[in-house]
Amino acid sequence: MTSLSTATPPDLSGRNLSKRRAFANRTATILIGLCVLIAALPLVLVVWEVLSRGSSAMGLDFLVEEIPRNYREAGPGMGPAILGTLTITGMAALIAIPIGVLGAVYLNEYGKNRPLAKFIRTMADVMTGVPSIVMGLFIYVSYVIVIGEKNGFGGALALACLMLPIVIRSAEEMLRLVPDELRQASAGLGARKWRTTMTVVLPTASSGITSGALLAVARAAGETAPIIVTVGLTYMFKPDLFYGENTTLAAQIYRNATQPFDASQERAWGAALTLIALVFLFTIVSRVISSRFAIDKR
Amino acid sequence: MTATATPESPAEVDLGGEARARQADRGFRALVTLAGLTVLLVLGLILVTTSVRGWPAFVHEGPLGFVFGTRWAPNDDVFGTFPLLYGTLVTSLIAMVIAVPVSIGIALFITEVAHRSTRKYIVTVIDLLATVPSVVFGLVGVLVVVPAITPAYQWFADLVAPVPGLNAVFDETNTGRNYITASLVLAIMAIPIITSIAREVFATVPETDKQAAYALGATRWEMVKGAILPHSFGGLVGASMLGLGRAMGETIAVALVIGGSVSMSANLFEPGNTMAALIAQQWGESSGLHTDALIAIGVELFAITVIINFLARLVVRRAEIKMKGAHS
Repeated sequence: MTSLSTATPPDLSGRNLSKRRAFANRTATILIGLCVLIAALPLVLVVWEVLSRGSSAMGLDFLVEEIPRNYREAGPGMGPAILGTLTITGMAALIAIPIGVLGAVYLNEYGKNRPLAKFIRTMADVMTGVPSIVMGLFIYVSYVIVIGEKNGFGGALALACLMLPIVIRSAEEMLRLVPDELRQASAGLGARKWRTTMTVVLPTASSGITSGALLAVARAAGETAPIIVTVGLTYMFKPDLFYGENTTLAAQIYRNATQPFDASQERAWGAALTLIALVFLFTIVSRVISSRFAIDKR
Repeated sequence: MTATATPESPAEVDLGGEARARQADRGFRALVTLAGLTVLLVLGLILVTTSVRGWPAFVHEGPLGFVFGTRWAPNDDVFGTFPLLYGTLVTSLIAMVIAVPVSIGIALFITEVAHRSTRKYIVTVIDLLATVPSVVFGLVGVLVVVPAITPAYQWFADLVAPVPGLNAVFDETNTGRNYITASLVLAIMAIPIITSIAREVFATVPETDKQAAYALGATRWEMVKGAILPHSFGGLVGASMLGLGRAMGETIAVALVIGGSVSMSANLFEPGNTMAALIAQQWGESSGLHTDALIAIGVELFAITVIINFLARLVVRRAEIKMKGAHS
């Protein structure tokens, strides 16, 4: 009879696993790791191809020159598309971000768990799943047909519709992180709710809201389908978004990729490089902001 | 307050300021409520305006003829969209067959296998994958992947040629722009969204359950099988449905790599088309009833994706509630 205290402790090292169990565990781990490689591969492929093929077209003149009218004509030029992407996306951000942030204020500060707020929350989630081409068709029907021509502002409206639910949901997440003590302190000093919201809650959450908004902008900047439906496919940039067809980088990639000519394909790669750089820049800035100024780390 | 010019009746002044402040509060509340309602407004407007505009096409073919008609011939004013529905379903379902297991694997790797330090990099890779614009995937797909992969398709078709059944699904390939290529691109684009939801779902698995499995001597894989997956099943179904909805609505990348033929073929190596891709391809050259028909396809697509997304959110939410309820 051995007493409890002298019994050998159970072997927890896993060295005595049956071969079958150890094998299953190792195979599963390897397969799970393989999944990560499968996802990383396309990213590497895309970035490599765009970098290697796009860099030959890249240069200062590529960024500023006009787009050649003839697909066969070699040489640089994506200036108008870059301006178009920046202005149309910028206009979309000007529309979507204020509405989105105010909507988030409603959901988190006023609506909370009311049925209406819950419904809006669900529908905002559903709205993020609406295909971008449907947003384009919507703006075509309700704006382009009404005013009688495709123009840059139509594209901005379509992109704003795409950004709105993303901004609302991410801003709401950030507002939820603001500690209630701040609201109570502000109320205790006699501030009204709207004052508390504008001067205490929103500034506290501003970095998170900015980061979410930038992500939405990055997604919108790469959209093509709503642009070709509402803005058209041309090679000219018009500073006046309310007048005439316009162009963006994404639209130029689509337009040039479908041509069989080397010159236009090279421009498509150059445009893709520019667009990816732009989108990644937005994403990285957004991540830096959110990790530097996160509320919970203060 | 600025109204201090009437010192003889301070109470009245105070009341005035009070009333104005209350008004400001009410105004602000109305403003933010309105902003919140924009979401519902836009969704409602999408449904109404596009339906009205696409109505002539629905009427022209009859609702059944529009959805289930198999001939799409804009020049003859025949608009049957069933081949497009077929292409949409086939490509996105194949994409899910690839993307769902891979995404679950990635989510497991991030939550259970990876160290803290590597976790950050993997999350970054997945996030970047999500931000690559779809037209860039399309560009790489059509100019790089298609030429490179066509011989592989041909090799596979030759390989399964003697196998009845399989040889009909994987037959001759002409251009490399086909259902399978589109599915591959869709799978890559769906991976980030499914992964992120799957991670959220796995995060709700109670730590005590995992520890309990380990305490019983389970290996990591046995713990995943016994503790994580049964708990997460509902949420993973929801995540897959969200990915499916995203894949069905994807436009430009598919438009570039699927080949653009409106036909139904069991041969996955043949070109086809999807609802979203066809709208983009034919938009520029359409007019009149043809444009209405394209908008009507958009309505159909909107309805399908909204229903799928709505159901998916319900499933995810119910799974989360069940989990939290079991825990607390």
